[in-house]
Amino acid sequence: MTDIGTVSRQLAEALQKQSADYIEARLEESQHSYITYRGRELESAGQSTAVGGNIRALSKGGWGFVSFNDLNDLPDRIERTVNQAKLVGREASKLAPIDTVVDTVANGKDVPLTIPLADKKKLLDEYNELIWRTPHLQTSVIAYGDSYKRTIFINSAGSYIEQPRTDITLRISAVAAGDGEVQQAGLSLGSRGDFGAITGLHQQVEETAKKAVELLSAPQAKGGEYTVVLDPVLAGVFVHEAFGHLSEADHIYENERLRQIMVLGKKFGGRELNIIDSAAVPDLRGSYKYDDEGVKATKTYLIKEGELVGRLHSRETAAKMNEPPTGNARAINYRFPPIVRMTNTYIEPVKGSFDDIIADIKEGVYAKNWFGGTTSMEMFTFSAGEAYMIRNGKLAETLRPVVLSGNVFTTLNNIDAIGGDLDMNQGGGCGKGGQYPLPVSNGSPHIRIRKCLVGGS
Amino acid sequence: MEGILEKAQKVAEAAEVFLLFAEETPVQFEANRLKHIQSKQSTSVALRIIKDGRLGYATATDVNDSQKLVDNAVETAKFGTRARFELPPTTPYPPVDTFDPEVEAFPVEKMAELGKELIALITGHTPEIICEAMVEKETIALRLINSRGGQAEYKKSVFGMGIVGNLVRGTDMLFVGEGQSSGHPLTDVGEIARVVLRQLDLAKNQASAPTRQLPAIFTPEGVVSALIPPLMAAFNGKTVLEGASPIGQRLGERFFDTKLSLTDDPTIAYRPHSRPCDDEGVPSQRTPLIEKGVVSSFLYDLQTAALAKTKSTGSASRGGGLPLPSPSTLVIEAGEVTFDDMVGDIKEGLVIEQLMGAEQGNILGGDFSGNVLLGYKVESGKIVGRVKDTMVSGNVYKLLKEISAIGSEAKWVGGVLNTPPIYCPRLSVASK
Repeated sequence: MTDIGTVSRQLAEALQKQSADYIEARLEESQHSYITYRGRELESAGQSTAVGGNIRALSKGGWGFVSFNDLNDLPDRIERTVNQAKLVGREASKLAPIDTVVDTVANGKDVPLTIPLADKKKLLDEYNELIWRTPHLQTSVIAYGDSYKRTIFINSAGSYIEQPRTDITLRISAVAAGDGEVQQAGLSLGSRGDFGAITGLHQQVEETAKKAVELLSAPQAKGGEYTVVLDPVLAGVFVHEAFGHLSEADHIYENERLRQIMVLGKKFGGRELNIIDSAAVPDLRGSYKYDDEGVKATKTYLIKEGELVGRLHSRETAAKMNEPPTGNARAINYRFPPIVRMTNTYIEPVKGSFDDIIADIKEGVYAKNWFGGTTSMEMFTFSAGEAYMIRNGKLAETLRPVVLSGNVFTTLNNIDAIGGDLDMNQGGGCGKGGQYPLPVSNGSPHIRIRKCLVGGS
Repeated sequence: MEGILEKAQKVAEAAEVFLLFAEETPVQFEANRLKHIQSKQSTSVALRIIKDGRLGYATATDVNDSQKLVDNAVETAKFGTRARFELPPTTPYPPVDTFDPEVEAFPVEKMAELGKELIALITGHTPEIICEAMVEKETIALRLINSRGGQAEYKKSVFGMGIVGNLVRGTDMLFVGEGQSSGHPLTDVGEIARVVLRQLDLAKNQASAPTRQLPAIFTPEGVVSALIPPLMAAFNGKTVLEGASPIGQRLGERFFDTKLSLTDDPTIAYRPHSRPCDDEGVPSQRTPLIEKGVVSSFLYDLQTAALAKTKSTGSASRGGGLPLPSPSTLVIEAGEVTFDDMVGDIKEGLVIEQLMGAEQGNILGGDFSGNVLLGYKVESGKIVGRVKDTMVSGNVYKLLKEISAIGSEAKWVGGVLNTPPIYCPRLSVASK
């Protein structure tokens, strides 16, 4: 197999000789294994290996990008990339200045690929066994995957960064059926290489299966506006969808009207609301030392005391908005150029328990866990995996899972309680610009939102 | 490729090698300007083996490292699921046109020109709009060989063009957009622009929807964003086999409104999913899924079909992993009522173009609930403006049991689904 280290050294020399304003290359080798179950049986087990790379060039503000699996003919590919950039470029190239870095990052966590496939399967067999012990269960899906990736980044300024990344995901969903109705409940977990994060979940798995069956007899919520309490997992999805995407500067930097709306200092929420994105927090799925442009990871306050104070940048968006780069340019793999993405996004804890937060709610909805979420920047939706009515300060009947919707300019302002119990959800994957699923994490304490729109009958 | 097959046959009872070579060229526009030209070359080889009766599977990007590929497949075969099928021998395939060399030859400079023209048409109508556009071409070469002598080889071309416009007024954001793809080069930017300009005109005024049940028309895009994801889960042979499909026991029964007919057809020429055979080498066929409301077939690959004691419908697709049943090109048969007549029939109701988040709920059960990202209010037979901060919810099976009308004007959505608008008598609406 071709060694990407050797190739990168040859490339580094060739990049120096180019006539573009800026040029970089990323080389990657990866291994991936997965096991899926559908129903009682194992459905598929597979392993894959990949080697590939890309070259990206900037000329007069225009970008060229070439990706490939074949590591031969690299001088031709460089030329093609530069020509593409020149065909596009019509203005001045702007990139925020950064330090030139030469660094080889060590792999901190246990590499799951050293664990035999048989051991991984044994654990999943145990979980599947538990699911199938639940009466009235119709079927189940278990999807386990792990990957190890080594990336080398080099650029025309002389940076050389070698970084490993290990990622583990486990998704379990249990499906119950009866009287022509089908209901499902799920569990979604992940880690940045720690296999221990997905072991010992027997009790949670069993509860997930029981939950699916319980939903068959649950009523659907009546659609309308409610006071809604979100658990840390769903509140994490909420902060990602409701605000995280809008703070990605690539949506804003060339849109004059949006820049006016998203001006720093604008008030979005109450004084207790603080929202942060940080790849610099160690060992979460969105954590890294350098982003895919070779920029060092930072901790960025997006909202501080209710006011917009920062946003997520690539080198280009930072330069064009005259703000410091934040190290948020990420690519899902070598087949894509880096774009502005979130990493680990969370609402800072304040104080109070779940009981305190629901104590004075006469009628409301408690929404827990997640199916998914999406945004159009102004409006967003996020869907709960579980839901309950709250009546007179107490949890009441179970509801079918609900889809919630909000408007970023009003919903954040309607958060009137933030608990003290921050928890990070590691089971998510984010999609943007055709790049999905990017490993991210998000989290929050329990939060309460007034006048939140709930879809229903 | 033959070398891999040979190596694999030495250690396994049966083997299949699938090779894919793709070259993709997206030309991207941001903020109304040309921003990015890319070219992406990719190669992947997948090896599927049956060893001691069990399936093993491995993929790689390096075609030359055949030993690693075989070793990886053998390791997974120790736990693999029991293979219930035999790989297909040499089979004649129906002629399906999938490749137009004009796509490959289409110059990048001309793609950039098309994008510019498209954006100029939109900004000429609404100067404040900020557009992102993409003009893209792709050629794919596939080859499959197996140990029973089966083999298939074909080339495919795909050309796509799409635009999304964002109009900001105060804190209000409007998103409009349209995209098309074909096996031939697309050069009529006017057709795409007309769709977007109509959206802009209809969304000029704002209107509000009440919180209650209302009649609703799903435009072709609306049909795809709300109704298709649950149906595709339900018609998947795997879901049926597991007993998790609400229509699994309804084969031959009239379960939907008699006005509804839905077909999966990979033999239609020059569509992004056109193919002479599926990804296991089974010949393509036209599969009616719903015929005048009657559930008529489900979609199967070889393994699922064998387990269900039926035949593969040639619906195996690979998304990087083992082949799984999945739809190719879908067609909903057009009806007789024009869109304008549907609107004219509504006293108070909605037109739904785009629903956001509809695929996030209990898809298997057919429930959907989403925020109306683009939709219009109808009052006394006329579209009066765009609705916002509005959610609609429903159940696909209840909704499609009783349809008021199916439209006469069918349209390709994303190149892979041809559908007319569908008019439903009632849908739950919740709004601020």
